[in-house]
Amino acid sequence: MTTTSAPPATPRTKRRVGDRVFAGSATGAGILILIVLAGVAIFLITEAWPAITADSADLPDGKSLASYVAPLIFGTLLAAVIALLVATPLGVAIALYISYYAPKRLAAAMGYVIDLLAAIPSVVYGFWGIAALAPAMVPFYGWAAEHLGWIPFFAGPPSTTGKTMLTAGLVLAVMILPIISAISREVFGQAPALHREAALALGATRWEMIRMAVIPYGKSGVIAGAMLGLGRALGETLAVAIVLSASGGITFNLISSSNPATIAANIALQFPESTGLAVNALIASGLALFVITLAVNVFARWIVTRRAEFSGAN
Amino acid sequence: MSTSLASQDTGQDTGSVRVTRHLPRFAALGLFVAGVVIGALLTLPSGFSIALTVVYGVVLGTLAVHLVSRSVEGRRKATDRLVTTVVTSAFAIAMVPLVSLIYTVLDNGLGRLDSTFFNSSMLGVIGEGGGAYHAILGTVIITALTALISVPVGMLTAIYLVEYGSGRLRRAITFLVDVMTGIPSIVAGLFAYALFAIFFGTGIRLGIMGAVALSVLMIPVVVRSAEEVLKLVPNELREASYALGVPKWRTVLKVVIPTSIAGLGTGVTLAVARVIGETAPLLVTVGIVTGTNLNPFDGRMATLPVFSYYQLTQPGFPPEFGIDRAWTAALVLIILVMALNVVARLISRLFAPKTGR
Repeated sequence: MTTTSAPPATPRTKRRVGDRVFAGSATGAGILILIVLAGVAIFLITEAWPAITADSADLPDGKSLASYVAPLIFGTLLAAVIALLVATPLGVAIALYISYYAPKRLAAAMGYVIDLLAAIPSVVYGFWGIAALAPAMVPFYGWAAEHLGWIPFFAGPPSTTGKTMLTAGLVLAVMILPIISAISREVFGQAPALHREAALALGATRWEMIRMAVIPYGKSGVIAGAMLGLGRALGETLAVAIVLSASGGITFNLISSSNPATIAANIALQFPESTGLAVNALIASGLALFVITLAVNVFARWIVTRRAEFSGAN
Repeated sequence: MSTSLASQDTGQDTGSVRVTRHLPRFAALGLFVAGVVIGALLTLPSGFSIALTVVYGVVLGTLAVHLVSRSVEGRRKATDRLVTTVVTSAFAIAMVPLVSLIYTVLDNGLGRLDSTFFNSSMLGVIGEGGGAYHAILGTVIITALTALISVPVGMLTAIYLVEYGSGRLRRAITFLVDVMTGIPSIVAGLFAYALFAIFFGTGIRLGIMGAVALSVLMIPVVVRSAEEVLKLVPNELREASYALGVPKWRTVLKVVIPTSIAGLGTGVTLAVARVIGETAPLLVTVGIVTGTNLNPFDGRMATLPVFSYYQLTQPGFPPEFGIDRAWTAALVLIILVMALNVVARLISRLFAPKTGR
């Protein structure tokens, strides 16, 4: 932190013009960010307002806005939660493997590859989901419906195309895997070397060292990484739009071909063909998504800053 | 292999003789492989399947390693081995979809990676042929416009945060930049649409709208990376400059920025790599056309991600040609992103400040 704060400017009777212009434009740029974020909220509300106040008969499907948005919110949360449940353990395992198990020389290369994967555009993940993952999942869905049908998640009838909620959740899991593992790797790498060496010197096995010295230190970092991954999964659009066969309605059935859509995917699919009040309704659902992701992100940041305050790292 | 036990007498505790026993070096791997083989054999009666083999194999292999280690080495070592196999298997399983993704895109995309793809637009193309010339140019134009908006705003904000900012405003901006990083891309697109719809009427589609939407996504990335880099510039350099009577703005321009130019360049390149593949905001703001439109202030434009999406979902008839074009466009996108990442690495190598250290 010592290098962050600029030294106090020498008291000067007359400030130069260049200084004033430069300081002004830098401050202006900072304030512009405030304005943009406020603008996002204001313009979304302005454009969503006609749908919020409209008579329910005028809205698409002739339902009230709440019953239009509710299944979408449900679908968004369901897909994101599946993704999170799958990706968090795997992401932590990747981070642990790269940090503490992989051969040192290989570890750096693997970390770089994982970072690259985080940059692959979402539409490509959607392509992969529909071409490779969905067909590969169909036999499993058939098996699950037959043997696990008593669990509501696998009630069936199984989809024959594989375009199900579970597939969408898995694609999202693959997408957020690099994010979670990158952040976990970062905090695991920061675990104090002295603690780790002390644990090993006391005769701890590698796992005991990780459990005693690394996990307690990195726990909140992992949670923050998972929350950021959740934020991305909630807002992910095209991968879900391509992979999910959506028909509306609220159901916990993960393997049938009728699924609730997600907000983002629904906007991407409906927006280009929509006019009039339908556009306003879509923007209203976008506003809901904005609020949800905002809450998740603020929560994640709160965990991160709380950790920064309490850890001895700085 | 597992039967030959290397035992050695170490640490003799008070009274009782403690014998620490180890499994031979490759025993764990051997046991794991044996577990996988048994798993493969188990799946044979009901028809061989790779997925089931992996599931059985991992479970059986992990169990075998754990049980043998437990009987030979004791509970603590066994737990350690259990976690090692679980973590390694999880890593291997996590790599499967990522490898599969690269393979699928290469397999499907290489077919149409020819000169026609780069030289022709989709104007009047039905069925075979056609390309992404218009979409590639559109992506370049919109991304350039995005960078033109985002880089000055992002850089100046970072300079404000590091060099000028203090107190509540600085904290508020830092927090909001964090929040902005998490805005879903589709919401950024809706924002740009809502903004322009208020001034130009509904149903509007312009290239510049896409640039505005992408800027909302790119600015926070630029700010974050630039802020980190500017913080690394040692204060001694600033103080030396002030001591020579150089005003603050010239210090920033002539000392701070040149020192950190490599990091700034890397950050901007990575930010461009992030937005170049964004599809959702362009879908709602820029739309798609079949012909070449190079004017971002006049009507719809084609962009590579949106082109790829529409070629896959609305391939026309017969569908295989459109789907092939979609995959090739996806491949080109991945190559672009990878190339930008490599360029970012090169920038940070080549332009790193030459220190005497």
